[in-house]
Amino acid sequence: MSLWSRLKSGLSRSSEALGNSLSGLMGGKKLSAETLGELEDALIMADLGVATAAIITDNLRARRDLAELDDGALRAALAGEIAALLEPVESTFSVSSHQPHVILLAGVNGAGKTTTIGKLAKKFQAEGKTVMLAACDTFRAAASEQLQGWGARAKVRGIAGAAGADAAGLAFQALEQAQADKIDVLMIDTAGRLQSNDNLMAELSKIIRVAKKLDATAPHESLLILDATTGQNAIAQAEAFLGAAQTTGLIMTKLDGTARGGGLVPIAQKLALPIYFIGVGEQADDLQVFSANGFARALVGLEEEAG
Amino acid sequence: MFDTLSENLGSIFDRLTRRGALSEAQVEEALGEIRKALLEADVALPVVRSFIDQVRPLAVGSNVLKSVTPGQQVIKIVNDALIDMLGAPAPLKFDAVPPVVMMMVGLQGSGKTTSTGKLAKFITETEKRKVLMASLDTQRPAAMQQLAVLGEQTGIQTLPIVDGQAPVDIAKRAVQAGKLGGFDVVMLDTAGRTNADEALMAEMAAIEKAAAPTETLLVADSLTGQEAVNIAAQFAARVTLSGILLTRADGDGRGGAALSMRYVTGVPIKFLGVGEAIDKLELFDPQRLANRILGMGDVVGLVERAAETMDAEKAEKIAARMKKGQFTLDDMAAQLKQMQAMGGMSGVLGMLPSSLLGGGKMKKQLAALDMDERELLRQAAIVSSMTRGERDNPKLMNASRKRRVAGGSGTSVQDVNKVLKMHRQMADMMKKMGKGGLANMMGGLTGSMGGNMGANMEGGSMPQMPSLDPNNLPDLSKLGGDAPADFLKGLGLPNSGPKKK
Repeated sequence: MSLWSRLKSGLSRSSEALGNSLSGLMGGKKLSAETLGELEDALIMADLGVATAAIITDNLRARRDLAELDDGALRAALAGEIAALLEPVESTFSVSSHQPHVILLAGVNGAGKTTTIGKLAKKFQAEGKTVMLAACDTFRAAASEQLQGWGARAKVRGIAGAAGADAAGLAFQALEQAQADKIDVLMIDTAGRLQSNDNLMAELSKIIRVAKKLDATAPHESLLILDATTGQNAIAQAEAFLGAAQTTGLIMTKLDGTARGGGLVPIAQKLALPIYFIGVGEQADDLQVFSANGFARALVGLEEEAG
Repeated sequence: MFDTLSENLGSIFDRLTRRGALSEAQVEEALGEIRKALLEADVALPVVRSFIDQVRPLAVGSNVLKSVTPGQQVIKIVNDALIDMLGAPAPLKFDAVPPVVMMMVGLQGSGKTTSTGKLAKFITETEKRKVLMASLDTQRPAAMQQLAVLGEQTGIQTLPIVDGQAPVDIAKRAVQAGKLGGFDVVMLDTAGRTNADEALMAEMAAIEKAAAPTETLLVADSLTGQEAVNIAAQFAARVTLSGILLTRADGDGRGGAALSMRYVTGVPIKFLGVGEAIDKLELFDPQRLANRILGMGDVVGLVERAAETMDAEKAEKIAARMKKGQFTLDDMAAQLKQMQAMGGMSGVLGMLPSSLLGGGKMKKQLAALDMDERELLRQAAIVSSMTRGERDNPKLMNASRKRRVAGGSGTSVQDVNKVLKMHRQMADMMKKMGKGGLANMMGGLTGSMGGNMGANMEGGSMPQMPSLDPNNLPDLSKLGGDAPADFLKGLGLPNSGPKKK
């Protein structure tokens, strides 16, 4: 399956949803001020937020050829506007040759951190890298077991501590082990936390501080996992994790549902954080490389560009 | 985010000098702001539209009461309509032949398993019923172990795990085990599913058919965005929902998804999950959620927390003395201790409406200045190193006494001076009570603890807790300018407080 068809099968429901509301409002008519307003509403319903939806429609409104746009051309123009906001954050995820390449994963509860780690582990293994997992979610019942379950599926070594153990201490231990064993990639799974909980956010900073004692360059990536069903709070999440966990990139999960994930657009606009992957299913292979153009076009219900 | 709604409404209506009935144009402009605020709070657009249509006729032509500004009047109408739309809280149903089956459904990561544990504990402790929990989640690795661990932590029995059994069969086995074991309630924790996954949605319906639940609760993340309407509608289309349990309500999300889901399903919101610990489950209160969606803070929550942490008798004494303009160092020490117990500055400020603190920006600045706990301890040590006479009459504190106190508390004379200065400022602030101003917040809290809040509120500046009557809001909104700075000073942050604008 090509990248596009995978992406599209994940996003097809989003595109259907937004696409339907677009077709509904166009009805074959030429564009009017009223339809622009409805277009803005369609973007809001995709979780782009009031402000970003207004910017995109304003940009569209400023086009001189507006009166000549038909349904298809309007969608293309809209996708173009969205893609323009997302292109600066489309980034390729790469693992350096530094051993171990340390990746920290954080996010609110239930965003899909552990599941994403399982998928990433499989991907790195397929690239011939040795992988180790540190289960630093010592809070939630059976979180370590969940990670070990994923580890077993992917045949990856996991380091886990007792329930209630110190997360930073465990990360330190795992990094020490990974260094000794010359592991290529160490992924540190953390407990889900709401960004409004200052103490738990401080714990993330501590994990990073402690990791730096063994390797001043660690962590080499700090990934924030965002749930596509989350609304405007996603922006607050990205801001807070950027502060506490020094986030270097984003992964958006659960795009296989009907959620549209439009929240990525205001985040891209505001924080310019790289977006690496999107999760489009529960299977280990359902982690797709993020494409600004593909995402934007799928979001407004357009097919892949020819060629 | 709500920096915003009351300010924006304020600026629209400030232009109007004449009071009287609201004109259509004014209402339209105000409703535009409300629409924006609701969308920013993640209420789904179709629901926002319907809500606005409902509010419009109520607002147009409504007479502005003398005591309020037009902006506040509109907010009151909106607030009332919001509470109405959120619906009344409803208790869990147990009217079935035991075991009463309760089924938890929802998306992945919405918090079903944790909520199952919390609810089981709630039913065991509050309803005094014997509960059996069973995990039907054969999808996620270790999901069944997670529930088993929760069972061990709470002392609630869980159905033994049988590997390889299908969810429908586990459900049947759980009901059977519930019957045989003499359980009152059997809770079924189902696997998370996307509303787009037809196979899993069908499986959920099959489980419902097999287990015939009395309660089927949709567990949903209160941070959900516009998608909330689709999620709720699609779950409601496949099973007969009896209620909604909203998780992560302790975050800083505005919780608009609650309104969307309630609107689409028509079933009551029954519980809120408000923290990771197993006892963090609250009964739903529409008034509080409405305030939150509109960004009006959670004053009720603040009062509740104060009630939990405060010694009511002591509070009443302090309140009585403050009314007489007496405020000793002991009183101050007690106040500081209470602040600490209530989660420090940021804990308290987080629950105050932003309008009270002169907008969201100020609120953020204040929250950033969380009180240093060690500083609080030092201040307490200084006060307790004084003699009773000194504590009652700080004027006695001359240089030699200050040196003694500094030595006794292991601090410096400067620190002692700081505490004395803080006390003076706080006492001044207390004197201003009754004239309106943020000082009343502290006074109001203490007063309400004594159970005679109204009597203490001569200025009438506090919303009538716990019912938070929006009619009283205009007085709150007048408290701009120096009020926050005074408030801070009063709380013992004279030197680290933000600069006055």
